[in-house]
Amino acid sequence: MSKTLLQIDGLTKSYPGVTANDNVSFKIKSGEIHALLGENGAGKSTLVKMIYGLVRPDKGNMKLDDESFKPLEPRAARASGIAMVFQHFSLFEALSVAENIALGMENPPKSGILSIRITEVSVTYGLPLDPERLVGDLSAGERQRVEIIRCLLQEPKLLIMDEPTSVLTPQEVTTLFTTLKKLKSEGTSILYISHKLEEIRALCETATILRNGKKVATCDPRQKSARELAEMMVGGTLNSAKPKKLKLGKVILEAAGLSLPPQSAFGTSLKNISFRLHKGEILGIGGVAGNGQDELLACLSGEVLTTPNTIRFNSKPVGHMTPNERRALGVLAAPEERLGHAAAPDMDLIENSMLTAMVRKNLSNAGFLNWQRAKAFTQTIIDEFDVRTPGPQSIARSLSGGNLQKYVIGREVLQDPDVLIVNQPTWGVDAAAAAAIRQSLLDLAGKGAAIIVISQDLDELMEISTQFSALNNGKLSVAQPMAKFSLDEIGLLLGGADAST
Amino acid sequence: MDLSAINPTLLVASLMVASTPILLAAIGELVVEKSGILNLGVEGMMIIGAICGFAAAVVTGSPMVGFLCAAIGGAAVSVIFAVLTQYFLSNQVASGLALTLFGLGLSAMIGQSYVGIKPPTTYKLDLPLISDVPILGPILFSHDFTVYAALVLVLGVWWFLKYTRGGLILRAVGESHDAAHALGYKVVRVRFMAIMFGGACAGLGGAALSLVRVPQWTEGMTAGSGWIALAIVVFASWKPERVLLGAYLFGGVAILQLNLQAAGVSIPVEYLSMSPYLITIVVLVAMSANRAKSALNAPAALGRVFHASR
Repeated sequence: MSKTLLQIDGLTKSYPGVTANDNVSFKIKSGEIHALLGENGAGKSTLVKMIYGLVRPDKGNMKLDDESFKPLEPRAARASGIAMVFQHFSLFEALSVAENIALGMENPPKSGILSIRITEVSVTYGLPLDPERLVGDLSAGERQRVEIIRCLLQEPKLLIMDEPTSVLTPQEVTTLFTTLKKLKSEGTSILYISHKLEEIRALCETATILRNGKKVATCDPRQKSARELAEMMVGGTLNSAKPKKLKLGKVILEAAGLSLPPQSAFGTSLKNISFRLHKGEILGIGGVAGNGQDELLACLSGEVLTTPNTIRFNSKPVGHMTPNERRALGVLAAPEERLGHAAAPDMDLIENSMLTAMVRKNLSNAGFLNWQRAKAFTQTIIDEFDVRTPGPQSIARSLSGGNLQKYVIGREVLQDPDVLIVNQPTWGVDAAAAAAIRQSLLDLAGKGAAIIVISQDLDELMEISTQFSALNNGKLSVAQPMAKFSLDEIGLLLGGADAST
Repeated sequence: MDLSAINPTLLVASLMVASTPILLAAIGELVVEKSGILNLGVEGMMIIGAICGFAAAVVTGSPMVGFLCAAIGGAAVSVIFAVLTQYFLSNQVASGLALTLFGLGLSAMIGQSYVGIKPPTTYKLDLPLISDVPILGPILFSHDFTVYAALVLVLGVWWFLKYTRGGLILRAVGESHDAAHALGYKVVRVRFMAIMFGGACAGLGGAALSLVRVPQWTEGMTAGSGWIALAIVVFASWKPERVLLGAYLFGGVAILQLNLQAAGVSIPVEYLSMSPYLITIVVLVAMSANRAKSALNAPAALGRVFHASR
């Protein structure tokens, strides 16, 4: 069997109030793809930051190729053959691909030679990339290629990948996996962080599972089911969301001939969108990002105003109403981007609650804000949706993605909406949190509310929606019962084939 | 009114001299802003440079020592700003404004005994024959050395930012300090050095004012040049070559209004004196009208506080 590349022994790191890693030990062998699994906040990121020299451990030691390994800074880690692809890309948008790559290397060659090497590596690994383009113009998948090529140019022994597939389309994921398997066959070890269990079962031969900063188990993920892995991560049994038999009520929200010109140079236009949403219904809207999802949400939430009659709530025209007027009626929305759209990043959770819940939760008296009530409401969200945070006074930015998403969804759900529109409710959220969010949406629908779920995650839509339609290039297909569709048919719909014909 | 009294050759020659102080200050501020820091203390650093340079030149009798001290003085006050913003994470706008007010006050105090004194003359290029060539001679070959030094500095900054690894790191830090930190670059150190470079340049600009352009010391003599330098950086959309253009443009307007006054144009003097500032505002508005385009050039992390978790 192949030898051990990196041995981690008793690593411990504490921050004030929280132990991020507690005595974690495991081994990574040469030429293996090793998964690091865990919920949000389980300590995965801290652990890899220690390996990469960004964070210094309080206790414990590491051995690389049987020699003591104590990187004081990323530079030292890179020199020892460790490269890392970050979850939030560490790229500079206003710089070119070649400049970005040069910045991640210790001794970059002259720019001409570097461009040639970039092209060589990108051809070898099937990652096409033009070295002269500005990173700001690239798609998420292309940006990730920049990071990967930056790592590959240094011929690393260990490549760390932090949640690499969360922003990729299914096709891009396939390309990435081919690249990773090729790397593995060349003897490079890969430490692969993810919470997408199916991916890990398809790709990795060893998995180390962390829970609350401690190592729970090391196992072969191919021998376990996704459910077993998830339960090890969560430390309990996992209930997947189960839709109840719903009987559809009367039409509550209706769009008729909703069109919208592009809002920006790179925006999508909406073309003649019509649908009817019944009480108790969950309408799943699928589609690859950038096909008008954000625009549709903006129209329905009231961020973008339209002619009154294109959107009707209980037969009453609402297309001209602002978000707060719609909230007063009971039409609520949770946009996709958590930081900056659904929540104000630098305000605390109480203030964020005030921002959307003031109308419905009666948080003001004659124009004066009632912070006590806002705080109590925020505490309710935290308790009921298991938001892990020191308290309602935490700044939104300080919450991890999954916890902030639970807060955002909880904030809207607990306002008892009649109609709730959510965009990508479980994007970048771990399995347990995602299941909780989906369950809360189902419960809400069970109480008679109507819900629109816009998502790129087809599994999610198949799990919770009653009706399905696809958004493609600004056009919405006719909604039909979810049960009628096979995966192939959905794929065709997303590609633009019209189901109504 | 007699416009023929205005000699275009002399006009160009004198606008080069008049622009040098703001050009020096602006190129320094450009480097600072490229690293992601907005230092509004340019005016204060300039006037500190002006009095330090003036005093040192008068005391030693050597303009070169004066310029050296001006650069050191400007850099020294910029260190205050750097420590406040980089180590104590204070607000950059407020710290910069405070630096300006502090510089104006301190310079007035140092300068009390230097009012009305004439400084030693700065070396002026005077090549036999070449400097006497009509038109080209006065424009290109008969300036004091600050004019040439400023041009060399602009060229150097342009080359540094475009072609060197140090320049790339500086731009990267200004673009995204978090990403630069994740890659292991010393964000605070890079910014500290950029701020000091900006301070030294502003100091030189101030000395070019008090030792060459005017040349004498009066309280508050920078009279807003530092603010114009700040505006020029935005006007130039953070490009060194355009900083040169911008500085000559604003210097040109200032000189032209003096010439127009001398030629007896029948507009109140006040209007002419305010014209460079009015034009600054007009140009800035016109520039930012196309927001998508101007935002593309601005360093993305400009003015944001960097706090590394470790």
